[in-house]
Amino acid sequence: MSSLRPWQELSPGGTIRPTDAEKPKTGSWRTGIKPLADLSKCTNCLLCWLYCPDSAILIEETTFVGFDDYFCKGCEVCAAVCPVGAIEMVPEETETPERWVMRSDESGS
Amino acid sequence: MSRLKRIALNQHGVQPLGGGHALCQGCGAPSIVRTVLSSIDTPVIVVNATGCLEVATSRYPITAWNVPWIHTAFENTAAVASGVEAAYKALKRRGTLPGGDKEVTIVAFGGDGGTYDIGIQALSGALERGHRFLYVCYDNGAYMNTGIQRSGATPYGADTTTSPVGSVSLGKMQQRKDLTAIAAAHHVPFVGQSSGARWQDLSSKVERAVAMDGPAFLNVMSDCPLGWGHEPRVGLDVMRAAQDSLFWPLFEIVNGEYKLSYRPRKVIPVTDFLKMQRRFAHLFKPGGEAMLEAIQQQVEADWSRLLKLCGEPVKELPVVKPAEETEEAEAVGAVA
Repeated sequence: MSSLRPWQELSPGGTIRPTDAEKPKTGSWRTGIKPLADLSKCTNCLLCWLYCPDSAILIEETTFVGFDDYFCKGCEVCAAVCPVGAIEMVPEETETPERWVMRSDESGS
Repeated sequence: MSRLKRIALNQHGVQPLGGGHALCQGCGAPSIVRTVLSSIDTPVIVVNATGCLEVATSRYPITAWNVPWIHTAFENTAAVASGVEAAYKALKRRGTLPGGDKEVTIVAFGGDGGTYDIGIQALSGALERGHRFLYVCYDNGAYMNTGIQRSGATPYGADTTTSPVGSVSLGKMQQRKDLTAIAAAHHVPFVGQSSGARWQDLSSKVERAVAMDGPAFLNVMSDCPLGWGHEPRVGLDVMRAAQDSLFWPLFEIVNGEYKLSYRPRKVIPVTDFLKMQRRFAHLFKPGGEAMLEAIQQQVEADWSRLLKLCGEPVKELPVVKPAEETEEAEAVGAVA
């Protein structure tokens, strides 16, 4: 958290620019599990992206590329909503790629 | 291209509501915000009532929002949205807008406390004056942010901290108010009821709502793992059960014409929805049978009334007892 500032140093109207704002690491809320994707099952339907409460599903254009461990709170909604069971929750220590590469024929619209 | 991919592209690489907010694990509100804002093609201005969504996403000097966003008090969200709309129109007329005369869409978000109860006067005024904006109430059925106090949206029989279960009370003893009908009574162009678990329904309703030349109101069910008492991962199942048990039907009222958006293929008993949540657990103990029966009767009566308003045939309810699993039913009408 940023340190508190006196009111004289605050912006008029309490304006905040999103680009300046600190982004707290909500990934520390996880209690021992994190999501893992199985790309051989994934159909790139993006339902996990739509329903993730923490904007922790990373996409490029319309293609799934990974999970954002910095924001993911481990709520399991992505695993629950996946229609093909491509997401499972694994222990925090599991090595997971930072970026998944979808085969191009799976990422088409 | 599928609707979901269009929604994804509409973000231009930036989530309107990004990560880093302090909403609970599995909260239902952010995906409603994402679906609503990304279904709108123009730039948006968001007006946000005090509530979970506001408190958790804008802990000064931190914000999770990446779109123009204004925090308002509980009671004046619709009034501020009216002011934004009027100011934008005036500046556009004078030609003094920095960004030229782009079309923008003004969207107000409020919870059920800020909409059903505290903000209803401002909402009523804004709807009556005919400002062009979309008001989205995300209804999770209590003041969750301040510690699960009952609101006008809390269902009959629900356990909250101000309608507690004990020796003299079995949860909230009053019926919830029908805010969708109250909004419809203002004769605005678009009023709809949707659910956080039915993104296609929500997205298509938003598209129709913002195309209207006037106020639009959407009442969207949102789950609350903390206040409803369920695991975060089953939130969508709970909300889907609310549609399949007819507890929270989906419909829209366009220029006064009712239209049903979803008719479950197999109707499940309302107890299937209630038993998924700890806030109704006391109804399944001895002494709760009469209230369960009353809730089922109320739901059936409301459904029959809705069918008549929509001009749909009123048939004997095909309630399946006991329903072990809910089949994904097909949507009718509006859902693309």
